[in-house]
Amino acid sequence: MSHDSSSPDSERRDFIILTAQAMGALGAAAVIWPFVNSMNPSADVLALSSTEVDISPIAPGQEIKVMWRGKPVFIRHRTPEDIAAAEAVSLTELRDPQTDAERVKKGKEQWLVMVGVCTHLGCIPLGNLAGDYRGWFCPCHGSHYDTAGRIRKGPAPTNLVVPPFEFLSDTKVKIG
Amino acid sequence: MAHAPKEQQPGVVGWLDYRLPIFGTLKGALVDYPVPKNLNYFWNFGSIAGVCLVIQILTGILLAMHYNPSVAGAFNSVEHIMRNVNYGWLLRYMHAVGASMFFIVVYIHMFRGLYYGSYKAPREVLWWLGVLILVLMMATAFMGYVLPWGQMSFWGATVITNLFSAFPLVGDPIVTWLWGGFAVDNPTLNRFFVLHYLLPFLIVGVVFLHLIALHAHGSNNPLGIDAKAPKDKIPFHPYYTVKDFFGFGLFFLVFAAFIFFAPNYLGHPDNYIEANPLVTPAHIVPEWYFLPFYAILRAFVFDIPFWALAALPFAYAGYLAQKINKAREFTLENLFGAMQWGRAKEAAGRVQSLLASLGAGGFLVLLGLIGFVIEAKLAGVLAMFGAIVVLLFLPWLDTSPVRSASFRPLYRWFFWLFALNAVALGFLGSMPAEGIYVVFALICTGIYFAFFLVVMPLLSRYEKPLQLPESISAAVLAH
Repeated sequence: MSHDSSSPDSERRDFIILTAQAMGALGAAAVIWPFVNSMNPSADVLALSSTEVDISPIAPGQEIKVMWRGKPVFIRHRTPEDIAAAEAVSLTELRDPQTDAERVKKGKEQWLVMVGVCTHLGCIPLGNLAGDYRGWFCPCHGSHYDTAGRIRKGPAPTNLVVPPFEFLSDTKVKIG
Repeated sequence: MAHAPKEQQPGVVGWLDYRLPIFGTLKGALVDYPVPKNLNYFWNFGSIAGVCLVIQILTGILLAMHYNPSVAGAFNSVEHIMRNVNYGWLLRYMHAVGASMFFIVVYIHMFRGLYYGSYKAPREVLWWLGVLILVLMMATAFMGYVLPWGQMSFWGATVITNLFSAFPLVGDPIVTWLWGGFAVDNPTLNRFFVLHYLLPFLIVGVVFLHLIALHAHGSNNPLGIDAKAPKDKIPFHPYYTVKDFFGFGLFFLVFAAFIFFAPNYLGHPDNYIEANPLVTPAHIVPEWYFLPFYAILRAFVFDIPFWALAALPFAYAGYLAQKINKAREFTLENLFGAMQWGRAKEAAGRVQSLLASLGAGGFLVLLGLIGFVIEAKLAGVLAMFGAIVVLLFLPWLDTSPVRSASFRPLYRWFFWLFALNAVALGFLGSMPAEGIYVVFALICTGIYFAFFLVVMPLLSRYEKPLQLPESISAAVLAH
């Protein structure tokens, strides 16, 4: 294949090759996207992305786990002491600084709702006042969380995640 | 194929190629590979078949990520793919329509080989590997059709696995073994899924062997004559890459037309009813690409007495007698020739074979007379499998030294008769097995086998081929 750049045909040929390649790349991308996207969450999985929980049976000091998007969510009914302990902490002590008020809904400070997955490598922390800060303790690699679910000690980088949630009524909460 | 370069070339590619000669091999196969310069568009279908295989594997892997191979979940998981999975409908329709496209492309590819004599020496093994790919494709397609677990899936699986029950003694245990139970059920579905996933990768392996065999002597061409001089060939790139890409474009248009406008045209509505082991649909038919073979299967509605089979050994005995006769004339003329002893020994061997085949024929007649028959069911099954097995013998049934039908004035007509007959068999396979359809199915089955077993050997012997051109270049320049 001789490629003579001085011939009058070469410009035309380059144009044809470039446009053909561009069309080919467009076509390939148009096919690859459906292939890739088919592995994203399907419609039925997305339809399960919110869950409603009745919180009336949870007494102060008690905690329940519910499933949301295949993961556990901790719902803790905190005692006034828990709240006081969380609010007393100075932000400078925290690795991931966040006030207690930022992690709860105003007027319903007793309800702490968090995704129960350690932010280190995905294990489920133990509850019931476990760990050095009377909050949660992850046994896998030793992360300690306080009564607001904030990281205080250990390898985890951030606080336990608070999912989007709202109170539908005083006794009903919708997560997601 | 893969030869390491003798000296390391500069650059990263050179460094790697010296250790793993992958780039050099690819360049040799896809860039420099010399191809006869007179290929027509029928030579596009090999590479299109390769594209089909890749599409089937890619879409199949993605579908398998959402499919549930259990009797309880299979049907619903296919609907889940259609309704919930992102672009699941596209993947499934690509896969289902893709199977049909794969078959039509492979059938055209095979008819191309049949017309231009691509199966003749030195390409017999290339042809065999192609037939093997077809058989693997048929097994894969059949098991894939079972996976949606609709009514056609279930009853297709039941009927096809029951084919094996036709064999005496071993038939029923084989069927039970295939099913893993006493009917098509969960174990059957599960193993079919596993095999449906496995076989395409075996096909990929055989395709590579097919390509190695192809590259050993290069592509045949519409003239059917060997390339003699370098000027008879041109490099694969850019001449055939661009031609193949053009072919892909046309193929994708047809493919897309089916996917987006008639995705279910080639399927059966009954397969959108979940499998029910208690009710058979009134009219069950396989997918279109199996219809000719299905017609052959159903053509036999009567038992075949053993004496009818004696025709085969008797015909062979007649052929041997003729050869012996010729050989004797030859040895009489050259009584003291140096070759005489060798020929005499050969002749003695022929006489022995002659007596043996006469004996075998007589034995079959005797068995027939005391009432031995091949049951209709077994005859149909044997004919159906035989319809594919006969393809393996093609290089020896057609001994004409001329490859291309362009230079075989009689063969050309028989070829088109055969092609028409194959379409007729397909039509008959789609019709109910009753009345006139059965009669025609038997006639067409007869034509199918007569083409290979009678027409081909006789034409090879008596047809007078046209004058072949001197070379590919000479023929091309003459236009």
